[in-house]
Parts: sequence; structure tokens; C-alpha cells
Amino acid sequence: MPASITILLHKCTGCTLCVKTCPFGAIHMANRKAVIDMAKCTLCGACVPACKFSAIELKKDSGPKKDLSAYKDVWVFCEQKKGVIQSISFELLGEGRKLADKLGVKLAAVILGSGIEAKAEELAHRGADKVYLVDHPALGSYQDDPYTEVLVKLAEEYKPEVILCGATTIGRSLVSRVAIKIGAGLTADCTELDVDLKERLLLQTRPAFGGNIMATIITPNHRPQMATVRHKVMKEAGIDKSRRAEVTSKIYPEEVFKSRTRLVDIVAEIGETVNLSEADIIVSGGRGLGGKEGFAMIAELAKALNGAVGAARSAVDADWISYSHQVGQTGKTVCPKLYIACGISGQIQHLIGMQSSKVIVAINKDPDAPIFKVATYGIVGDVFEIVPALTKEFRRALNK
Amino acid sequence: MNIIVCIKQVPNTTDVRIDPVTNTLIRDGVESVINPFDAYAIEEAVRIKERCSGGKVTVITMGPPQAENALREAISLGCDEGILISDRKFAGSDTWATSYTLSAAIRKIGDYDVILCGKQASDGDTAQVGPGISAHLDIPQVTYVKKIAEISAEKAKVERMTEEGYDVVETPLPCLFTVVKEINTPRMPSLKGMMRAKSAKPLKWTADDLEADASALGLDGSPTRVVKIFTPEPRKGGEMLKGGAEDISKELAELLKDVVI
Repeated sequence: MPASITILLHKCTGCTLCVKTCPFGAIHMANRKAVIDMAKCTLCGACVPACKFSAIELKKDSGPKKDLSAYKDVWVFCEQKKGVIQSISFELLGEGRKLADKLGVKLAAVILGSGIEAKAEELAHRGADKVYLVDHPALGSYQDDPYTEVLVKLAEEYKPEVILCGATTIGRSLVSRVAIKIGAGLTADCTELDVDLKERLLLQTRPAFGGNIMATIITPNHRPQMATVRHKVMKEAGIDKSRRAEVTSKIYPEEVFKSRTRLVDIVAEIGETVNLSEADIIVSGGRGLGGKEGFAMIAELAKALNGAVGAARSAVDADWISYSHQVGQTGKTVCPKLYIACGISGQIQHLIGMQSSKVIVAINKDPDAPIFKVATYGIVGDVFEIVPALTKEFRRALNK
Repeated sequence: MNIIVCIKQVPNTTDVRIDPVTNTLIRDGVESVINPFDAYAIEEAVRIKERCSGGKVTVITMGPPQAENALREAISLGCDEGILISDRKFAGSDTWATSYTLSAAIRKIGDYDVILCGKQASDGDTAQVGPGISAHLDIPQVTYVKKIAEISAEKAKVERMTEEGYDVVETPLPCLFTVVKEINTPRMPSLKGMMRAKSAKPLKWTADDLEADASALGLDGSPTRVVKIFTPEPRKGGEMLKGGAEDISKELAELLKDVVI
């Protein structure tokens, strides 16, 4: 029987609580009873607990319960570039360790690359009990086909209960394909993970609508439970050099490594500056900077703080700085420890990309700029006076 | 060159407001628009058709009946034909079931060289549907494409944005690309386009029109379930620092000393 939702008219009092709760605007009142617009309803179920009169009945049929007991262990897909394990992987190992301990299973690191045998030790030091390693020249740099094929083969053979992966360019491309191939549930961009021990479910919480609402998602009847996790929200695993891991080095037939796409070149553009998604500190500029020169000043402050340079869309569209720096709805979503917004008014599209930063400092000459509504510390003033003064002060404080 | 563009109708973010009393999204009067990233996919499809002199751009969307408006808008921007994939049976689809349904529709269209999608939608922000479609169709993909440098009947050379810069990738066609904003500047609808959009009759396909496994559609075909939706405590403005540039800098450095060191 397909899933369905019904208003029990004899119980509905017309209180409108469900109307307010529905994140999809799918409920309205007619003759003092709630009516669900089935064209808009996504059967998310948010209205069910909101109704104080138990007047909404949601039937979800997930078929016969499958035996999922063959699946165990928490896996972390560890991303490497040019043989360097990316920091997001250590953040995931930190979080994965907690989940594995709660579930009473092992934490395994999965790493694909070329000439990476020695990396297993580093992953053990970061808390992995097991390391699955596939070393092949075709895996040196990321390509969708061989990476997908290998991860699918590993997951089918060893049956993990959970697979975590960074919500990076590589991660989001890779696991989206893997989840389809192995029929797994996948939740994007999680900012919080926990487990329901009774059902052994991964509780995956993620922002939607640009962070305006949060949703907790489960995968009740499929394994593995897969999730991508945002940069900088989980705490990096510490290093314990006494730790050892059981290493499984897998060899596959050549056809597994075939790629239809061919990587012709890797071009580094960012150069000296830190990349936005991995930065702990971001100094960002907007229209208030007046031109390219303003960004030189922003770069100075970013350098003093060892941070990255971000930008509002208006500055990118005016060609003052390249698109790779854009933060916001049509750019990147970031959550650094510190975000300094200089001459940025704070349009909703920009706020979506940065409002989960831990500390926000805003500098703007307009005291009514919306950015001040989200700023931990606000400064009304001239960016051309304040930013250089800050650069000088932080250089002094950090002895640079 | 036959191109398929997959788009989604989303609520306009600039209209998204939070009710200060109930702390929930205010949906009343919120306009629906084409997902911002999809506008770049539409434009790129039209440009590929122009540079390859000929072919057809088919725009498809899965959603409620009113999503037809998004198809008309895409037609006004240069797409040739629109298909609305709409059925109550699709309700509750997660990214697995959505990409399955769209891939079934694409199979039905049949003849295609390029599939274009926006990098992600502004309401769900998953970036999973594009790669999901290519996985279901078992064709190659390149995500985060910022430039299609070369394209011919058999292959394409594209630039894929990464955290550090970009990769140059060569791929055989057919291939699916997801695109980012840098790829182009979308044009405004032309008068001719608007006339065409007005008279256009987008096709409507339901579940019965697709060769799809009914158990893989909608909520039943979705491995994931939403169990809770809540509104985070909205971020509040904090302290305003006052004084001269130097005093403020000293004060801020002191306030931030645990963060920056």
C-alpha cells in the first residue's frame, strides 16, 4: 500500500497549528478544518506531532522489515589529494569514533590513491581500528568512475553499517553515485550526527532552505546509512601514535579501474591563500570595498590571521575577485570559527552561506545593514580605516 | 546535439521569512522561481545548441502541476520543449527516488548527447540528484563544471571547479554535467521567446508514462525518511563596538583572542 496522509475530521478542531508547522505551505483551512494540498505535501510528517488532537494520520509503508544484521562498522571515506589526507577526513574520524563507540563496532578508514601504503599508519593514529586501502595508479587523482567502482566493491564485500564522507567537491560527487549503485540512503551536508541505539539508526541532522529549517533524517530499512558532513562542524580526531590498525589492502582486476572521463590537467588557482571551505578564519568583502584595491586590504587582514578571503556576490559580479571566493547561495557555504564581513550589507543570499559561522564580525558604514542582525560583534564605520587598524593590531597580537 | 536540462522550481529565497512568534517559515505569498543554479544550466544548454549549430534543448522538471510555469520560463529563455513529470505517486521522493524518476523520463526521451543540471537546488541543497541521474543511466558525469572549453559530437573538454582551482576533464558523450554560476551569464528572455512560451504546450508525464518500477517511486522508493523538522533558534545580533578605529581594534583583538590564537 502506498504511503498516505489523512486528516481525521472528527478530531480536527480547526486550531491551525498544523498550518503554521508545515514547512511546505501545503495545509490550509476550509470550513474550519485542515485541508492538505496533496500537490505540495511531501509526506514529511512535520504536522503529525504538531497536532495536539492526534487528528493527522500518516501511513508510511516501508515494506517488510529487512534483516540488516550483516552490516556492521562505521566507515569514513578519507579524501587524499596528491597523497595528502585532507583535514575533513580527520574531522570525520573524530565523529566516526564517537558513533562507532556508541554502536559498539569498529571504526574503519577507507583510502583510495596511488603510492599511499604508508598512509594507513596516519589513519590509525587518528583513531581508525581498520584501514581499507586500495592503491592503484588510476586512483592517484579523483575520477568518478574508478572511485565509484572501488567504493561500491568494498561496501558490497564488507557491508558497513554507516559510511561518512566529506561534503566536498569530490565527496558529494562520489557518494551520490555510490548510494544509487548500492541502493543506500544518503543524506547531504549533515551538521549533526547521533545514533538511535535501539534501532541502530543514524540520526542525521542537516540544514535545508539555506539553514532556515533543520531536518533530522533516518534510513530505516537500507544499509549502509550514508551521510556527507560539512567542513569544520565536527571536531578533528586527536593523534595517538601508539594506535595500530588492522590494514586490508585490496587488489582488483584492471577493469575496475577503467575511467570514461580523463583528467587532463589539475590547475591550482588559489596559490598562497587558504581554501575557503577548510579555513578556520575567513575575511570577506562586499560592495562597500569599492573596487579591486579594497580586496588587497582584505587579503592583508586575512594573511595576518592566516585565514582565507571570501566575497559577496556583488563583488564577484563586478569582477573585483574571482568566483571561487564567493560565499552565499550561488557560491560556497562556509562555517569557519571566525567570519569577518567587511563592507557587506548582508543580503539573505549571503547570510545563507555564512550564518552558521561560530563568531561573526561585521564592519559596515550603514548602521541598518542586515548583516548586523547576525553579527556577534558589529562595528559601524569606514572599512578603509577599521580593516587596516585591525590588520595592524592582529599582527602585533600574533607577533607577526 | 540534443540536450536535456533538468530544473526544479523552488521558493524564492529572498521571500523566505521566519514568523517571529511561531518561529516557523512564512510561506504565504512566497513566489516560486527556477532554482538559481538551474538558470545557468538552461543558458549553457542554449549556448551549446548555438555553438554546435543545431539540435534540440528539452527541459524537464519533476514537481507539482504549477511547476509547468518553470518550464514556460525556460522555453522563453531558449529551450525548445518542456516536459512536466508530475504524479501523486512521486510525493515524498528523496534524492534516490527523484533521480530514479528523472532518469526514467530521460530514458523515455531517449536521444540525448548532454544532460545539464544546476549544481544543487536552493531549497534542499543536496547536490545529489545530478550525480544520481548519471548513476541510474550509467553514463559519465562531471560535476561543478565552470566552463565547457570544447564540445563535439563525440566528446567534450570541460573545467571542473575544485576547492583549490580547477581540473580539466575530457569526457565522451553522452555525459551529465552539473554547472556552477561561473559558467555563464544567463540572458534575458527574448520577445520571441516569451511568445513561444505563451503558446507552448509542455508534455505531461505521469508514473504510468514511465517505464519505472512502482516500488522505486515516491516515499516508498526513498531509502531516507524525514523524522523531525525544526527551526533553529535564529541568530541574534550581538554587541556593537564603538570608538575610534584603534580602540575598536584593540577591543576586538581582546574579544577574539581565544578564536584567533
